Amino acid sequence: MESTIVSSTNFNAWFGDNHVVKNVNISIPKNNVVAVMGPSGCGKTTFLRCINRMHELIPNAKAEGKMMLDDENIYDMHPIFVRLKIGMVFQRPNPFPNLSIYDNVIAGYKLNGMKLPKAEKDAIVEKSLSRAALWNEVKDNLHKKGTFLSGGQQQRLCIARAIAMEPEVLLFDEPTSALDPISTSSIEELFHELKKNYTLIIVTHNMQQAARVSDKTAFFYLGELVEYDGTKQMFTNPTDKRTQNYITGRFS
Amino acid sequence: MNRTGAHLKWRIAKSNIAKTVIIILAFACVIPLLAIFFYIIKEGVTKINWHFIVSLPKPVGEEGGGIANALLGSLLIVLCASVIAIPIGILCGIYLSENKTTRLAYYSRLAVDILQGVPSIVVGIIIYFWIVKETQTFSAISGSAALALMMLPIIVRSTEETLKLLPDSLKEAALALGLPYHRVILKVLLPCGISGVLSGVILSVARIAGETAPLLFTAFGNPYLNANIFKPMQSLPLLIFNYATSPYDEWHDLAWGASLILLTWVLLLNIITKITTRKWRVQL
Amino acid sequence: MQQANYPQTFIAGKALNKSKSLKKSVAVRKSFSQIKFEKIFKSTLVLIALSVVIIVLAIFLTLVVQSLPSIKALGWKFLGGKTWDPVSNVFGAYPFLIGTLITSFLALIISVPFSFAIAIFLGEYYPKGWLSELLKNVIELIAAIPSVIYGFWGVFVLVPIVRDLETKLGILPYGIGIFTASLILAVMIVPYAASLGREVVRMVPSALKEGAYSLGATRFEVIKNVVIPYAKSGLFAGILLSLGRALGETMAVTMVIGNSPIIPTSIFSPGHTMASVIANEFTEAADSIYLSSLIEMGLLLFVVTVIINVIGKRIIKRFTNE
Repeated sequence: MESTIVSSTNFNAWFGDNHVVKNVNISIPKNNVVAVMGPSGCGKTTFLRCINRMHELIPNAKAEGKMMLDDENIYDMHPIFVRLKIGMVFQRPNPFPNLSIYDNVIAGYKLNGMKLPKAEKDAIVEKSLSRAALWNEVKDNLHKKGTFLSGGQQQRLCIARAIAMEPEVLLFDEPTSALDPISTSSIEELFHELKKNYTLIIVTHNMQQAARVSDKTAFFYLGELVEYDGTKQMFTNPTDKRTQNYITGRFS
Repeated sequence: MNRTGAHLKWRIAKSNIAKTVIIILAFACVIPLLAIFFYIIKEGVTKINWHFIVSLPKPVGEEGGGIANALLGSLLIVLCASVIAIPIGILCGIYLSENKTTRLAYYSRLAVDILQGVPSIVVGIIIYFWIVKETQTFSAISGSAALALMMLPIIVRSTEETLKLLPDSLKEAALALGLPYHRVILKVLLPCGISGVLSGVILSVARIAGETAPLLFTAFGNPYLNANIFKPMQSLPLLIFNYATSPYDEWHDLAWGASLILLTWVLLLNIITKITTRKWRVQL
Repeated sequence: MQQANYPQTFIAGKALNKSKSLKKSVAVRKSFSQIKFEKIFKSTLVLIALSVVIIVLAIFLTLVVQSLPSIKALGWKFLGGKTWDPVSNVFGAYPFLIGTLITSFLALIISVPFSFAIAIFLGEYYPKGWLSELLKNVIELIAAIPSVIYGFWGVFVLVPIVRDLETKLGILPYGIGIFTASLILAVMIVPYAASLGREVVRMVPSALKEGAYSLGATRFEVIKNVVIPYAKSGLFAGILLSLGRALGETMAVTMVIGNSPIIPTSIFSPGHTMASVIANEFTEAADSIYLSSLIEMGLLLFVVTVIINVIGKRIIKRFTNE
């Protein structure tokens, strides 16, 4: 039986009066890739952002319910600590434009004023970039700024930056929707490797991607978690009618 | 048919005449600029030498003398004004860019707009009552306070505008890494916008480097070399004003030399502003 | 790191503290002090924004309080009082009001054609290119020259020229006076209406202009009938900003205006403005009513220039939001 790392119970979220996430109960097992899919506006991104407490940064945003990381409610923790344990990669690659590749990777330490010995920093950079499958491409240019990298490479840099913080969970908010197909597939290969060390939760509007990369899939519709099952099971034999409509609507 | 043709010709001619007139009027403003530059360079260049820079003004009637007190004074007064205005201006700009809709932001923005329009002589009066009268002495620091008030709106404005232009994704990336709010602002946003903030700072210095009115009743002037900021101090614009309006030719000479130096200094600052904007711009 | 006491552990999350990574626990400890500082930082920001508001209010209050002696003693007659004679304790601000108004409006009238020409040139005819950059830099330089240098140059170059002119016209050849001051002011305020005017002229939608061209209008007709009417409010705001600048200008004016407290009889007479009389007589004003009358004029200047500037900025904001 796999252990659960992230779970939510009766979780709700609002933008002002707009109830965008309704009573979500979900349990994410460790070292899995879980895809969260659904049509636009179904609340999947909002739910994702609640997991690392980015949702509350928007004015008039509210969240209620239990959201557990291991055995602790993240809403009892200070948000900074939540984000040290749960990393996020965004839709558009956003490396810090004024920092070199090297500094981008250890940004989580450097910008926090943590002074690490050079040997340790080098080790973190190499390990993170290797795990993000970017090390060989940039190892000779570590001290250049990251703006010359392609979109896919920049996204892998952002992944390396998140990994450098040694999170337990990695959240991905439509990570390949701004990328070309080749970069997309290289990142999808990465997910397979990453799950050995981390748990991945990936929001995607691309059903085929969900089918390709994930172990389990959650289907959101109009703010509700409609169905949550093993990916193979979900796509071949969905239980809920709405899931079936969504899936078949996209095929051919 | 002929009438329409002639009328059309007239309309086209009118348009060309208008264009010529506009071009002439537009470039007419070059004339006073060139006249001023030419005259200041002509009169000032002969007066400047090493002696001029390092010696003090001589009493009336004596030949020679220099403007060392004014040079040092200007430097110190502008430095102190910057030390006061830059942190306050940047922090205020940060607040305004981060809080666009609060009531405090509305009134603060209004206050900055008002401050920008206050005549320089009024600023001098205010600081006279706030500082000079309370401390019972004219002082360089009171002059700096007055100049700082005039620098504030420029720094606040440019900081706010620069930060507002930065994409939200930058802030999100920093927050998602677990950075606390002040580090997100100070270590990520501000460095990325450094070119805009810096050019605002340099621009504000250029603006006040030549100001005289705020210093008339605050720094007041001083014929001797003084590095004590709590005592009256001379500054370049003050010296120019005092000596230009005096009846003595030797003092007029000093004023010409000083004017050339001041003009060069202000020009340099404006050029540096332009270079800074280009060189330090972070490719977003 | 087992040193963490329970409340801290609770906040950080037991999982976090149990982390074997040394780096992580350093991060945890660092983060505690960061969180406290976060609050201090946010409060500091609020405090500073607030203090700017307080400073402006305090400026107004100081001016009012210091003007009270003369407001109480002289009342409204102050503004209409035609004589200014501190020696006999007679304080009338009328000469300075007139001087300020005449110099500023004369400067405005002289400078507006040039400002608008520049605005149209840069906004319509040559928005790009080296010629445009050249003119833009010229305008910026004109704005950058310190006013005391304008005054200095005015005394030694402009005043003799005006003196010659007056001799030819058969007027008393002072050289200095309202006219000279207005000339210098006109040069100084050209950049304000010009750069603002350029911005609004550039913002006229090309769709509107193309519509007129397609009907056979000439360049000038498009400018006259489409561009100017559309940019009207912005151009007006530019004039307001120039006016505000002219009203508050002190140094250049005081060096060439003649500093005479008598009501000017013609534009060639010497005169005074509110700003220049304050600059001239502030340090001599020992008597409390004397000083207070000067401050009262400062208050008037403050209120008028602030209103003009704020209105001008409001117009611009509305224009750019449309």
